[in-house]
Amino acid sequence: MSSELQLKGLVKTYQSAQGPVQAVRGIDVSIAAGETVALLGPNGAGKSTTIDMMLGLTRPDSGSVTVFGRSPRDAVAGGLVGAMMQSGELIRDLSVRELVAMMASLYPRPMDVEELISLAGLTEAAGQRTQKLSGGQSQRVRFAVALVGDPELLVLDEPTVSMDVEGRREFWAAMRAYADRGKTVIFATHYLEEADANADRAVLMAHGRIVADGPTTEIKAQVGTKTIRATLPEVDVAELAALPGVATAERRGESVILRCSDSDRAIRALLERHPAARDVEITGAGLEEAFLELTGGDGDAGAHVSGRVSSPP
Amino acid sequence: MSAVTYTRYELLRAFRNRRYFFFSLGIPLVLYFVIAGPNRNVHDFDGTGISLPLYYMVSLASFGTMFAMVSSGGRIAAERQAGWTRQLRITPLPVRAYFRAKMLTSYMTAVTSLVLLYIAGASLGVSLPARDWLEMSGLIVVALLPFGALAILLGHLMTVESIGPIAGGTVSLLAIVSGTWFPATGFLHTVGQWLPSYWLVQAGRVTLEGHGWGTQGWAVVIAWTALLAALAALAYRRDTGRV
Repeated sequence: MSSELQLKGLVKTYQSAQGPVQAVRGIDVSIAAGETVALLGPNGAGKSTTIDMMLGLTRPDSGSVTVFGRSPRDAVAGGLVGAMMQSGELIRDLSVRELVAMMASLYPRPMDVEELISLAGLTEAAGQRTQKLSGGQSQRVRFAVALVGDPELLVLDEPTVSMDVEGRREFWAAMRAYADRGKTVIFATHYLEEADANADRAVLMAHGRIVADGPTTEIKAQVGTKTIRATLPEVDVAELAALPGVATAERRGESVILRCSDSDRAIRALLERHPAARDVEITGAGLEEAFLELTGGDGDAGAHVSGRVSSPP
Repeated sequence: MSAVTYTRYELLRAFRNRRYFFFSLGIPLVLYFVIAGPNRNVHDFDGTGISLPLYYMVSLASFGTMFAMVSSGGRIAAERQAGWTRQLRITPLPVRAYFRAKMLTSYMTAVTSLVLLYIAGASLGVSLPARDWLEMSGLIVVALLPFGALAILLGHLMTVESIGPIAGGTVSLLAIVSGTWFPATGFLHTVGQWLPSYWLVQAGRVTLEGHGWGTQGWAVVIAWTALLAALAALAYRRDTGRV
C-alpha cells in the first residue's frame, strides 16, 4: 500500500499576543490512497493548522508534507486536491451555477457542472445568487466547490458545523459516495460519532500531537466511555461503584455520577437495584476528558484546549 | 483550464455589484457636473486658455479613474475576509492569472468612468480632435497601471474596515500633490513629478498643453508599476493565513 499523503515531523508555532503558541508539535502520519481518515480532536488540538500545512497554505517550521509524492503546492497546482475549509464564505454576485462553473474552469479535469449541482443537492438553488442562500445551502455550495476539480484528495475541515440534522445526513452520504470512487478523504471533526460513522480510521490529536491512531472501532473503544448521571440520595457510592459495567462512582449532593466501561449493563443494573433513581442521563464522555486521560493530563502551557466537545445536535 | 472564464466571471461580479459600480462611477460624475456645470461658458479658465469644462473633464478623468482603480482593493480585502482568497489558493489558478483578473476588473470600472466623463464633457460643449482623445486615453490607461498594482497591494495588506479610509486618503492626497484641482507649484510640484499620479494628470493635460510625457514621465510610471507590483506579489505570498 503506497502512502499518498505523508506528514513527517511537522512542527508549527504561531506568534500570538500572549507569546508563541505551539499549534503542532511533531506529527507523523501516512495515509494511503483510498483511505477515509478522521482527524479527531477538540478545538485547539492543531487540526486546522495541520490541514493548512497539507494544503500548502502554511509552511511548517520543520518537517515535511508530501501529497502524491509532490509538495502540497505542486499537488494543488496539478488540480489533485480539493478542500472545504472552516468558516469560509462564498463570494457574492454570482448564481450558484455560475460560481461552480467559474471554479470548474480553473481545473484541468473538472466534474460536469450540472452533475455536480445535482450531486450536492443544489438543483433548486442553482439559479440563486450566493448571497441569498441559507447556511445549509452555502455549506453545500462549498462542498461542491471542493469537489469541482474531481480531486484525488479531498480535505474537509469541520464540514458540518452549520448544518442541521438532515443536512448532515445528506452531506455524509455524498462524502461517502465520493470516497467509494477510490478517492482519499481526510476530514477534521470534534464529533466522535461523525468519525465513527464516516471514517475507516481516526487520528486523534490533542495539544498539537497525535495521541492515538487506528481503526475507528478501536478508537471508539478507547475514548467512547459513557457517564450515567442520576438523582439518587441515600445510596452508598461504594455500592454503586460495584455495579456491573461501572468503573467509578462519585456523589455530588443528591446526584451520583457513574463512569462506565459498559453503560448498557450499568444502566440495567442501576435501575434494577435502585428503582428510586430519577432524572437519569447518559452522556458520552467528552473527547476532551478522554484526550486528557490519553495524554496523561499534561496541561502543556501554550496549547490550551478550549471549547467543549459535544455530540452533534 | 482557462483563466479567461475566471476573469469573465470576475468582471460580471464587479458589474453586478451595483453599489460598488455606481459609487465608483457616480462620484467623479457628480463632482464634474457640480464644478463644471455652472461654469460651462468659462472659455479661458484661470488664464490657461482652456475652457473650464475641458480643464475639469481632464482633472476628473485622472481623479475618477485613479479612484476607481484603487477602490477595487476593497473588493480584494472583502474576499480575503470571507476566506475566499484561501479557497482560490487551493485551486490551480496561477498567481499571474489572479492578478490579471483583478487588474482587468479595476480597469473595467476605470475605463467606464473615463468614457462617462468624456460623454459628460461633450454634453458641456467639450470638443477635441479624435487624435487628442485617443492619445489622452492611451496615456491614461498606461498611467493607471501602478494604481491597479496599488489596489492589489492594499487589498492584501488591509482589513475591510481600514481599507476605505486608507485608499480614499491616499487618492485624495495624491490628487492634490499631483495638481489635479489646481496647478501645483514649488516644492509640491518638485515632489509631485516623482509620483505616478502626477503623470496621470499630465496624461490628460498632454492634449491641452501639447507636449508628451517625455523620458521622466515614462520612467516614473514604469518604476512605480514595477515597485508596486513586486510589493503586491510579496503581500499576496505572505497573506496565506486565516483573516
